[in-house]
Amino acid sequence: MNLTLKIWRQKNAKTKGKFVTYKIKNVSEDSSFLEMLDQLNEQLISENQDSVAFDKCPVAFDHDCREGICGMCGLYINGRPHGPDLGITTCQLHMRKFKDGDTIVIEPWRAKPFPLIKDLVVDRSSFDKIIQAGGFVSINTGSAQDANAILISKKNADLSMDAAACIGCGACVATCKNASAMLFVAAKVSQFALLPQGKVEAVERVKNMISTMDELGFGNCTNTYACEVECPKLISVTNIARLNREFIHAKVIAEKERQISGGF
Amino acid sequence: MDSKLLQFSSISKKLIMALAGLFLIVFLLVHLAINLLLLMNDSGLLYSQAVKFMTTNIIIKIFEIFLFGGFIIHILVGVVLQIKNWISRPVGYYVMNKSKTSFSSKYMIWTGLIIFVFLAIHFMNFYFVKLGIVEPPAGVSVHDFYTMAILLFSNKIYSFIYILLLILLGFHLNHAFQSAFQTLGFNHNRYTPALKIIGTIYSVIVAGGFIIIPIYFMFFNN
Repeated sequence: MNLTLKIWRQKNAKTKGKFVTYKIKNVSEDSSFLEMLDQLNEQLISENQDSVAFDKCPVAFDHDCREGICGMCGLYINGRPHGPDLGITTCQLHMRKFKDGDTIVIEPWRAKPFPLIKDLVVDRSSFDKIIQAGGFVSINTGSAQDANAILISKKNADLSMDAAACIGCGACVATCKNASAMLFVAAKVSQFALLPQGKVEAVERVKNMISTMDELGFGNCTNTYACEVECPKLISVTNIARLNREFIHAKVIAEKERQISGGF
Repeated sequence: MDSKLLQFSSISKKLIMALAGLFLIVFLLVHLAINLLLLMNDSGLLYSQAVKFMTTNIIIKIFEIFLFGGFIIHILVGVVLQIKNWISRPVGYYVMNKSKTSFSSKYMIWTGLIIFVFLAIHFMNFYFVKLGIVEPPAGVSVHDFYTMAILLFSNKIYSFIYILLLILLGFHLNHAFQSAFQTLGFNHNRYTPALKIIGTIYSVIVAGGFIIIPIYFMFFNN
């Protein structure tokens, strides 16, 4: 298939970016979206060996495992993060989802806490900062205890595992009209809040993660649920409700209990 | 107050927003019930009695303070949240977002702002008349809300705008109802879908209920 690509090109955060249009021929419908971009970069290298013009240099885009589990790839394709398919990352998107002659517009994630590095690459270390703010989980060191010593209901184990499926790609922020990170934070809070091991620091965790999320400049959730639609791991917005419950508990009930027990 | 408000965390602000919103949702039902009395075929006797009760009863007067508080908080916090949301994406997308979301949820600030304008007009027509800030229409007593309402609804342009704004209010409420519960942490596999249906029914009843009144006075009360 032959395609027209309209790609956002920007040298770095300080320079002004623009869309550059490229024509690409003989793209296999069995190739992945990233393989198609590899093909474009090969083409740019072979066509423009002597050129130093920025828009003739290969396009920078994030990728790593190309198996849908690392969370590195993330492109805003034709108005949707990770493209037109559901429950997949950009690397899992196949070119068969497009038609011969299509024009594909490719943009980077747009959010204040995701500053642009180059072309389609953005800095998502704000997510790492939120996770760091969550702190640690208390576990006893020494020899491993019996696996069955801590009872966890199957339902909670499943829900926790579903939340832990979040790969931190940032599609939720990218698609949210408010650039809110609530689904990401909800997943990270839920995966621990649902398990007995995570309950010990649950109160501090939710408070710290939310305050860090706010400080980093993410927007507020308005329950439009676009995040749930675009999440490659299909993280449910029920986690956002759980995050709200955890927060209310931490701020109202736990705070009261702390006051009663004399600040301990 | 504004700087204090900004210090609250995002979820705290949303909780305040949701609680004030739910309070207003309940108030709208009371307001609708009284307005529907306009349709009684008694030359506004029952409606006027209800208006008299609402404007003179001491409990209602106290309730009125909470009501204004609810409105102000809901509007103020909503605007503060929205400004932060705009700041959070300084560079927008070239292609408009195509993710599947409900229509109502995307335009809450705009439907909200239009409702605010409507509220201002509404106050000019009724509440400020009662307070003596705005003159009542010629020959109408300050407390005669029945005649004032009929005069307004006999104006087709006013009625048309009224109907249009109430449709927007319906859209606003449709998202607001279920959204408030989600913010308060209530999301359940079985009850949330039911809650969404109740929210839609509520929005249709409230918007539809208010809309019936001008339609009745325009077309059936000759």
